[in-house]
Amino acid sequence: MTSAKPMIELKDVQKWYGDYHALRGINAEIRAGEFFSLLGPSGCGKTTLLRTIAGFEDITSGVVMIDGKSMEDVPANKRPTNMVFQSYAIFPHLSVEQNVGFGLRRDPRTAAEKQKAVDETLEMVGLKGYGKRAAHALSGGQRQRVALARALILKPKVLLLDEPLSALDKKMREHMQVELIKLQRQVGITFILVTHDQEEALVMSDRIAVMFEGEIAQLDDPETLYRRPKTRKVADFIGVMNFLPATILSEAGGKVEIEVQGFGRASIDADQVSNSHDGAAAVGFRPETLTILYEGQTPLDREAPGIIEEVVYYGDMTYYDVKLDGVTEPVRISMRNVFGREVLERGARTRVAWSSGALVLFR
Amino acid sequence: MTSASRRGRRLRSQAANGYGMIAPPALYALLLLALPLATVVYLSFMTDGTGVREVIRTFTVSNYIQAWTDPIYRALMGRSLFVSTLVTLFTVVLAYPVAYFVSFHVSPSRKSLWLFLITIPFWTSYLVRVFLWKVILGYNGVVNSGLKALGIIDQPLTWINVNVGAMVATLAHAYAPFAILPIFVALEKIDRSFLEAGQDLGESRLMTFFRVTLPLSMPGVVAAVLIVFIPTVGDYVTPDIIGGGKLPLIANVIQKELLAIDNMPLGSAIAVSAMLIVGTLSALFVLVNARFLKVKK
Repeated sequence: MTSAKPMIELKDVQKWYGDYHALRGINAEIRAGEFFSLLGPSGCGKTTLLRTIAGFEDITSGVVMIDGKSMEDVPANKRPTNMVFQSYAIFPHLSVEQNVGFGLRRDPRTAAEKQKAVDETLEMVGLKGYGKRAAHALSGGQRQRVALARALILKPKVLLLDEPLSALDKKMREHMQVELIKLQRQVGITFILVTHDQEEALVMSDRIAVMFEGEIAQLDDPETLYRRPKTRKVADFIGVMNFLPATILSEAGGKVEIEVQGFGRASIDADQVSNSHDGAAAVGFRPETLTILYEGQTPLDREAPGIIEEVVYYGDMTYYDVKLDGVTEPVRISMRNVFGREVLERGARTRVAWSSGALVLFR
Repeated sequence: MTSASRRGRRLRSQAANGYGMIAPPALYALLLLALPLATVVYLSFMTDGTGVREVIRTFTVSNYIQAWTDPIYRALMGRSLFVSTLVTLFTVVLAYPVAYFVSFHVSPSRKSLWLFLITIPFWTSYLVRVFLWKVILGYNGVVNSGLKALGIIDQPLTWINVNVGAMVATLAHAYAPFAILPIFVALEKIDRSFLEAGQDLGESRLMTFFRVTLPLSMPGVVAAVLIVFIPTVGDYVTPDIIGGGKLPLIANVIQKELLAIDNMPLGSAIAVSAMLIVGTLSALFVLVNARFLKVKK
């Protein structure tokens, strides 16, 4: 698993394209052996940052260190990193094994040893026996495996993955997510993944850096990121988050007393407060932290009345948009469709169970 | 009417449409290419008569025997191939960097302007361009006058426009755009991430060029080679004007045999032989590069 030693250190990395400020002072440490993700919408600078680490982009200022060495003036071909490109960039004029062995030209091993290494790597990525195939005779998933094998055979200190799964269909993508995690554990190399898919980042990463407009908005492990987003923007980008207006009544002894529209008074811990300063105070909570109460059920903690405005049926889940009494905007609630639980009708009155422990206060 | 027969009829009418569209160029090719070619092949097996334009319709292969054994024809064919090979080599080797520059180092918005500038030589007739080289290299040409003015020579040099080099320079200049354009197109098709992948896998820019860019641009290079090589073997204007015909090529001989000497069968046999040689060489060249041409992107 992860150790504390930083494999990559980024210190105030700035990148300007003409008068466009693409990277606005990136500071981060990526640990050796961790699965790290750069997550953000398109244009947030995540790919630029990845390409900066790979050596394809010069930075305007700042320091990029890999394994304790400054990468200033170190060209891409001399860096201990290898990349899996978004397009995979499988050389079309070479066979699968020629692609995988591309980087071994200056390797001092004999041709037979290199061939063995190629075969072993192909086997590792599940492409045993595909060596002689032409590159164009491969499916999308197979191309990606070739790209992985081609990079991993060089035993890089860091493997960079630029949206590697975005070209695959949903089933294949989910399959490859698991495969990549297993592969990363097996080889123990630091993986840095660029993705715009928050689910993918949550599933795969040890830690995630959420980026907006050239800055890291939050860097945390998936659970903290999901449960304790530091800003509303991060909360919104990762999964669904409901917001209700709130007022702070008092703060004392690590406790904050608040009045939440629709919920009433609540007492939360100080670590549930995010000083994001991005608008009026509001509490945020995830759809699954609320529960629709059926007849005769009592809440574990608190409850609030409301009316069901919309019902969205997903098969395994049902989403309810419930307008709580005294609130203008509905909140979204997700309910697992366990056996025997009926799907409720639009327009029905209902009670919603909530818990102050699941709230995050943004102020 | 069943739907199958309706579909059949639609397919047939589509096919008819297609044939209709290719009919004019097909007719053109038949009348102006296939027929004359067939005539030349036919004539090459006939016997020369004594009268003007007279051909005796007796089958013979003696024309070919003469064409392939006469040392003069062999020497001229050899010189033609030598000149064409040199022209091709120079043109393609010099065209590649130009195409590379335009494809990789010119901003996308400027590329069409560059291509436009590259095609400027086409605006003047080939004859004018050949004469231009005569003006540069001729007896009282730019080079000779310049050298004289500088006091390096007393008398104009006569050899500078009567050598293979002068011919190569003239032809390479004329064919440059033909070589630049296909190479440019091939380079444009290369996904830039291939080049980054090459460097990412530990190769320098230069080695990435040799291992990735060059092989992927080979279809363009092959096209450029053929486009330059094939017509230059048959060129007779350049040797006629540059050097005043003192260094004839195979095409000049074919022209003489057909017109001045009036031996149409022999001229035809030499022409057919030259065509076969060029065709074989081109086919061999394509075959050698077949692995680059089969690449699917």
